[in-house]
Amino acid sequence: MSRNTTKVSLFFLLLTVLVAVAVSAQQPSPEPRNGVVITNAYVMTVTHGNLKKGAVYIKDGKIAAVGDTFNAPASATVVDAGGKYLTPGIVDSHSHIALDDDVNEATSPVTPQMMMIDAFDYQDKAIYRALAGGVTTSLLLHGSANMIGGQAIVIKHKYGLNRDAMLFPGAPRSIKFASGENPKRVYGSRHELPSTRMGNFEVQREAFVQAQDYLRSWDDYNAKVKRGDKDASAPKHDLKLEALADVLRGKLLVQIHCYRADEFLTEISIAKEFGYKIRAFHHALEAYKVPEKLAAENIGIATFADWWGYKHEAWDAIPWNAVIAMRKGVRVAIKSDSDDFTRRLNQEAAKTMRYGGATEDEALKMITLNAAWIIGVDDRVGSIEVGKDADLVLWDGYPLSSAAVPNKVFIDGDVYFDRSLPRYGMPHYTEGQ
Amino acid sequence: MTEKFLCGVHPPVRGFSPRNFSVVNASLCALRGLSLRPLPLKAFLSALCGCSHRSLPSKAFRLATAIFPITLALCSLPAPAQQKPVVLKGGKLLTISHGVIENGAILIENGKIAGVGPASSIKASKDARVIDISGMTVYPGLIDSETALGLTEISAEEMTNDLIETSDEIMPHMHVYDAFHAESELIPVTRLNGITNVIVAPENSDTLPGQDSFAQLAGPSAAEMLLIRDIAMPLNFTGTQRRNESWEKRKFPQTRMGMAAQLRQAFLDAQDYEQRLNDFEKKRADAVRDKKPEPSAPKRDLKLEALLPYLHGKRPVVLAAESPSDLETAVRLAQVFNLKFVLNHISHSRSVLDYVASLKVPVIVGPIYETPKDDERFDAVYSLPSELYKRGIKIAFASFDAHNSRNLPYQAGFATAFGLPNDQALKAITLNAAEIWGIADQYGSLDVGKAANLVVSNGDPLDVKTDVKRVFIAGEEIPMISRQTRLRDQYSTK
Repeated sequence: MSRNTTKVSLFFLLLTVLVAVAVSAQQPSPEPRNGVVITNAYVMTVTHGNLKKGAVYIKDGKIAAVGDTFNAPASATVVDAGGKYLTPGIVDSHSHIALDDDVNEATSPVTPQMMMIDAFDYQDKAIYRALAGGVTTSLLLHGSANMIGGQAIVIKHKYGLNRDAMLFPGAPRSIKFASGENPKRVYGSRHELPSTRMGNFEVQREAFVQAQDYLRSWDDYNAKVKRGDKDASAPKHDLKLEALADVLRGKLLVQIHCYRADEFLTEISIAKEFGYKIRAFHHALEAYKVPEKLAAENIGIATFADWWGYKHEAWDAIPWNAVIAMRKGVRVAIKSDSDDFTRRLNQEAAKTMRYGGATEDEALKMITLNAAWIIGVDDRVGSIEVGKDADLVLWDGYPLSSAAVPNKVFIDGDVYFDRSLPRYGMPHYTEGQ
Repeated sequence: MTEKFLCGVHPPVRGFSPRNFSVVNASLCALRGLSLRPLPLKAFLSALCGCSHRSLPSKAFRLATAIFPITLALCSLPAPAQQKPVVLKGGKLLTISHGVIENGAILIENGKIAGVGPASSIKASKDARVIDISGMTVYPGLIDSETALGLTEISAEEMTNDLIETSDEIMPHMHVYDAFHAESELIPVTRLNGITNVIVAPENSDTLPGQDSFAQLAGPSAAEMLLIRDIAMPLNFTGTQRRNESWEKRKFPQTRMGMAAQLRQAFLDAQDYEQRLNDFEKKRADAVRDKKPEPSAPKRDLKLEALLPYLHGKRPVVLAAESPSDLETAVRLAQVFNLKFVLNHISHSRSVLDYVASLKVPVIVGPIYETPKDDERFDAVYSLPSELYKRGIKIAFASFDAHNSRNLPYQAGFATAFGLPNDQALKAITLNAAEIWGIADQYGSLDVGKAANLVVSNGDPLDVKTDVKRVFIAGEEIPMISRQTRLRDQYSTK
C-alpha cells in the first residue's frame, strides 16, 4: 500500500468517524440499548394511582414495566431516584414557541394552507427552556389572527437534534381556527371583512361552502375516472381548499381559539352544518357557563388556570373554570400559550387543586393525558403505562407545588435534561453545534 | 360600539362613587346626546358604605347601615371600621420579625395589632369577637412592590387604561394617585389572595414616567386607600424606553445616549430651578428687611418641582435596569445627582452581582419569570433572588402586573426551589418590602402597634395550593367576594 493510499484511507476513515460522531451527537439513540431502570421513585402514573416506592423499566424508548418490583435484566442501567417524584412528561396543548415570530399569516382571514413546519425553528432555546420545565411534547399552533389559520406540528422537546428528529412520529394533523376579538381586531383595523363576530362567522361559513364545492368537483372527477371517462378533466389543485376538504373528510383535528360561551355554541352549530368535528376549544375561559354543551359534543378545552382581564372576552374568566367544566364531564387541559408559562405548567395545574378542589390525579391529567388527548397522542404519551413512550420527569420537590423543578427529563427513554449537569444541563447539546 | 363603550363603563351599582358615576356618565353621555339617568338611590347609599379606617364610624354611616343593611351586601367594600376587638385564636403565626408561634393568638383593636403571642398569653375584653383559627396559618398582609393595580381594567381596552402618559419621556409630575381607580374589579380579586398593600407605579415604557403611590387594597374611597402619595419615583433604563419610530420618523431620544442626556438635563434643570427659588427667597428677605418692593417670584414649574424631593434624597428613586451596562449607566447617573435609590429588575445582571452588593441598596427582583437570554442557563433568572440573598442584599418581589398581582406569593415560592430559604422568600413580600419603602413601623410583620393587615390561610403562604380563608385590612375583615366569585356562584348554582 502506497503512502498516498494510506493517507486517503485515513482521510476517509477520519471522515467516517467525524460523520459518525456528528450523527450520534445529533441523534442519540435511546441508550443504553439494554434498558434503564428508574428505582426508588414516587411514581405518579396519572391513570392508576401512585407508587410510593416504585420503579419504571425503560426498554427501547418505551415503558416496559411499572411496579413496586419487577424483573428487569441485570444489565439494565439503574437510576436511583432517591425517593423523588416521577411523572409523565408534560404535554403543552397550545404553544407558539420555536416559530421565529412567524405565528400569524395575517393577510387573509382564511389560510388553512399555512404549514407551521415551514416556520419551525428547531434551534430555538425556548424548546430547551420548556424542556427544563418538564415539557416533553408540544402542539405548535398558528396564531389567532385568522378565522381559519394553519396546520400545526407536534414536537418532542429533543433539543439538540435535527428538525425532523424532533417531530412526534405519527401524530395526527391539527388545524387552528380562531374566533372573537382577534380576527375582528386584525381585519377590522384595516376596514376589511371581518370586523364583527357576524363577519367572523360568515367568513368561516363561506370558506366551507367553497370547500364543499371543491370536494364535490373532485368527487365528481374521481367518479368519472372510475367509470373510465377518458375526457374527464381534473379540477385545479387548490392547497387552501384541499386543507379545508381534509377538515370535511375528518382528517384534521380542529382546534378552535374561542373565549365566549355564545361563540362555542355558534362554532358547534357551524361544525354540524358542514359536518366536521371540533376537537377542542382553546382558551375557553367561559366554558364554565355552558359545560354541558361542550361535554355533550365530546369537545375538550385547553384553558388557562387563572389568566384574565387582558381583553374584553377574557373579562369573565374565573380560576374555577377548569374544575367546573371538568366536573360536568369536559376533558380539560391546562396549556401555556406562552414561552414563559410553558416552563411551569405544573404550578398552573396545581392551581386547579386550590380553585375548585381538583384531586392530584385530576390536576396532573390536565397537563399530561388530557392535553395528549387534545393533540391526539394519548395512546402514546400522557401517563406512565406499559407500552407508552418513556417520556418522564423526575422532580426535585413535589410537582404540584410552587417549589418544584425537574431534576431529569427523559424523552423516548433518553435523558435530554439533567439539572445536575453544568452549563445548560443537556447531555445532547453543545453550544455551536 | 362607541356609545356602548362610552356610556356603559360605569353601571350604576357597580362602584360606590357617585363622583365617578355622575361625572363620567354625564359628560360622556351628553356628548352622545343621551339623557342621563338620575343617580340611583343604591349608588348614593353605597357611597356611604364603609368609612375611614382611621376614625370612628361617622353618624351618617351608622345611620345608613342601620336603615339600609342591604346596601352593605351590595357593596364590595370591607365591613365598617372595626368596632370591637377581634381575637384570632389557635393558629400558627408567621410573625416574620420574631419567628413562628404555634398555637398563637392575635388581638386586633382599633385597626391595629394589640397583642401577639401564645394563645394563652392573649387576654381580650369580654366583648371581643373570638375567631377560632385552629389549623390555620396567619401572616402579615403581603406587599406587592410594583403593580399597575388601579390604573387598568381590561388591558386591551384603551379607555380603561391609565398606565402611562406617553407624550414625553420626562414626566415626574404625573402622579398615579390622580388615576388610581379605587373601584377597580381587580382590587378585590387581588386582596382575596392576601395581597393587602401595593406600590402602584406607572408603566415602565418611559425613563421618568411619574411617581409611585403606596396603597392599601380596601377602603371607602381612593382618599383612604392611597396611604402615601408620591412615595418613590421610577427611573427606567432597561433599553426599551427609546423612541423606536422608523428611521424617517425618528424622534429624540433614539439611543441610550439620548435617554441619559435627557435625564441629566432634567436633573440639571431642576437644580437650576431650585437655585432660582433660593435666590428669590433671599432677595425677598432682603427686600423685606430693606423695606423695598418684593421681587417677582419665578414661574412655578410643576415638572421640575416634582424632581426636588428626589434631588434632596428625601424619597427613593427606583432604578430599573436589566443588563450590566444599563445598570452601571443608571447607577452612575443616580450617583452624580446624589439620588437615593433602590434597584429594580436587574434580571440579566448576574455577572455583576458583587458590584450590585457593593452598592448596598435593596433590589426589587425579577419578575423571576423573565425569560433568560439565549446564552443563559434555564435558571439564570429563577435563581437570582437566592444569589442576591447570599450576597447580603435585601430583596423584595413584585408582580409588575395588575391582573396577576394575586400570584405574587408563588413567585417567592418558586424562588425557594432555587435556593432562597422559605422564610426569606416570605420576608421578601412582607417585612423587606416594608423596610425598603420606609413603612416598616406600620407594615410587614405581626408586631404590636402595626396595622392589622392579616391573612389567614390553610397552609404555606407561598404554595400555589394554599387557600386564603380570611383577610383583614386595617383590622376590618374583608368579605371574600370579588367579581370572579360572583360569576362562579352565579353559574355553579344553575
